[in-house]
Amino acid sequence: MRGHARVAFAYLTPALLVLGGLLAYPIYQLVLISLYDYGQEQVSGGAPLTFLGLGNYQKLLGDQQFWTVLGQTVGFAAVCVVGTLLVGACLAILCTRVRTWARMVLFLAALGAWSTPAVAGSTIWLFLFDANFGFVNEILGTTGYSWTFDKWTAFGLVAAQVIWCSFPFVMVTLYAGIKAIPAEVLEAAALDGASTLRTAVSVTLPLLKPILIVVTIQSIIWDFKVFTQIYVMTNGGGIAGRNLVLNVYAYQQAFAASEYGLGAAIGVVMTAVLLVITLFYLRALRRQGEAL
Amino acid sequence: MRLKRLMAVLGAGVLVACAPVQSGPTSSGTDEKSGQLRVWLFDEVNRAPKEGVVKDAIAEFESAHSGVTVDVQYIQVQTRAERFKAAFSDPKSAPDVAEFGNTDLAGYVSAGGFADLDLSKWADGKDLVPTVLDTAKVDGKVYGVPWFVGVRALYYRTDVFAELGIQPPKTLDEIAPLARRIRQAKPDMLGISAGGKYLFAALPFIWAQGGEIAKQDNGKFTSTVDSAQAKAGVAKYAELVKDDICPPAQCAGNGGDASVEAFRAGKAAMTIGGDFNRKSVDASSAAGKYGVVPLPGTTPGSIAPAFAGGNLLGVLKGTQRKTLANEFVQLLASKKYQQKMYSAMGNLPTFSDVQQQVAESDKWLEPFTATLKAGTKFVPVTPAWAKIEAQTVLPTMIQNVVTGAKDVNAATKDAADAMNAAFSS
Repeated sequence: MRGHARVAFAYLTPALLVLGGLLAYPIYQLVLISLYDYGQEQVSGGAPLTFLGLGNYQKLLGDQQFWTVLGQTVGFAAVCVVGTLLVGACLAILCTRVRTWARMVLFLAALGAWSTPAVAGSTIWLFLFDANFGFVNEILGTTGYSWTFDKWTAFGLVAAQVIWCSFPFVMVTLYAGIKAIPAEVLEAAALDGASTLRTAVSVTLPLLKPILIVVTIQSIIWDFKVFTQIYVMTNGGGIAGRNLVLNVYAYQQAFAASEYGLGAAIGVVMTAVLLVITLFYLRALRRQGEAL
Repeated sequence: MRLKRLMAVLGAGVLVACAPVQSGPTSSGTDEKSGQLRVWLFDEVNRAPKEGVVKDAIAEFESAHSGVTVDVQYIQVQTRAERFKAAFSDPKSAPDVAEFGNTDLAGYVSAGGFADLDLSKWADGKDLVPTVLDTAKVDGKVYGVPWFVGVRALYYRTDVFAELGIQPPKTLDEIAPLARRIRQAKPDMLGISAGGKYLFAALPFIWAQGGEIAKQDNGKFTSTVDSAQAKAGVAKYAELVKDDICPPAQCAGNGGDASVEAFRAGKAAMTIGGDFNRKSVDASSAAGKYGVVPLPGTTPGSIAPAFAGGNLLGVLKGTQRKTLANEFVQLLASKKYQQKMYSAMGNLPTFSDVQQQVAESDKWLEPFTATLKAGTKFVPVTPAWAKIEAQTVLPTMIQNVVTGAKDVNAATKDAADAMNAAFSS
């Protein structure tokens, strides 16, 4: 047994080294930098390094705006995750029900949205929703109405864009999952006289659960870290910064302002929050008797 | 067991490498007299004329210095911060000479990026306009030669004013009522295009009331943006971004470019624009139908102090060709080449005599040179300014007031707190 373990470990070593180099080291640097007063002066050697300990964290957690932005980020991510899952799941089911050509069209459209670069996608959406020349305002007859001015319409617009560019992943993955369910199982359910709803709830969903879990966690992580869409569509965080999310806030308050120490602290807090959310989610699942 | 050993190894690693990286001091001792001189200049929307002038200067320089070549790279204004930060951190990839905005100066100097210059032996140097040269100084030392200066004045539509039988405003207080009257008569026009993020349009309102955004005592800056005078200025400017002049839904998110854009599109009766906006306005629907006057002060005949923007040419601290770099800066920023740059790009020269010459030959420039002569002001010369700018402290303050999210007292108080935090960090 011992020999086996050693061989297994040897096989895993290259992967561990890569993981260590690409994951552990940057996180170590991030944490380290977050403990220092580390600005452009310090980077280029114009000023000595000062160790702050938890000073950056203290400053961050004592800032009223940080909490507002954190709340906004969580709410915004939640809406995006739920929206992405709903749209993706509905379309995946639709895909299994329609003819091949319709499915092809749907897939091509989804892949188009998926492969559009975030900056380009955001800009196109801005054009569509432009106050004076936008297609949407022309259709609705609301020329002159600014979608990006009001805090909530701005958030709504960005959320719609985020859902638009992230539902294809959910759709394609779930479609593959549904297709992978053995026909015999569904046939057996049908023979037992189960209704469509009953089959969906008692057969399809449980079989899809592992895939749903992965897709949900992915979405949570992506949507919590949204940057491009907010930065481009609300012009760097909206009027008076009312559309800021954590990532944009970190960029504006810390990295653009050369406060890398503070920026690193925000990064650490974000990582921690994401880990906690994901762990909670996994634990909740385990309580239901499901394990990943 | 194994885990424990791993932790021990990791722990030791932490102890060994227990500080973030720093690059060494960047000043180099060498001063080579030949080889390649690397220069960074800003890219422009229409770069060809600028490139032409620079090429002339390079030809003159190379013929005067055998064995020397000059390599110019045009960098994007939007990504300048990253480019310069990278250059300061890695002197090997840095240029010898660079063009940079005067508001970036203090930050670059404290990052150890630029060398101080000795202009005493430079014949042209004594004619530099003093308030403009001040924008190139940190703690009394000069770190760049002003290459051109930009000031803003009040653009207005002559056809609209004639139609309504009104005159350009004589005082700052007249602007709002006038703009309101225009929008009343022409509801699809902005009375004055004034953006909520257009700091350089708002600053003159604060300065005209006798306010300042910060004061300096013994080298330490304190924000004064919540003083009574500054508050009066903020309120006066915010009054313009209201539904009856320039609706917040349209204007609150606008910076300088977007504000001038509305004027170009023929949708605004007035705006605050720079001498550098001339070519773009002349190529717009407002061409031939507009005039420019200095932004008035609080009393008739006076001029509100304008922000003295502009770009400098400086020598990087890490250069290995210090003498050559200095000579190239003095050539490219000389009277001769500033005159050429004016003809090519319309950039306002920084020498008082050259300014006078161009103003006499071109009446259009008069409001701008008058504004310069009346005295300009500048943002606080401290590395903290870059931080305050990046954190959009003052635009956020204006936007909070115009959207009604906060009143003037609360908004200026918050801005002052944020500024003081940046000053003390």
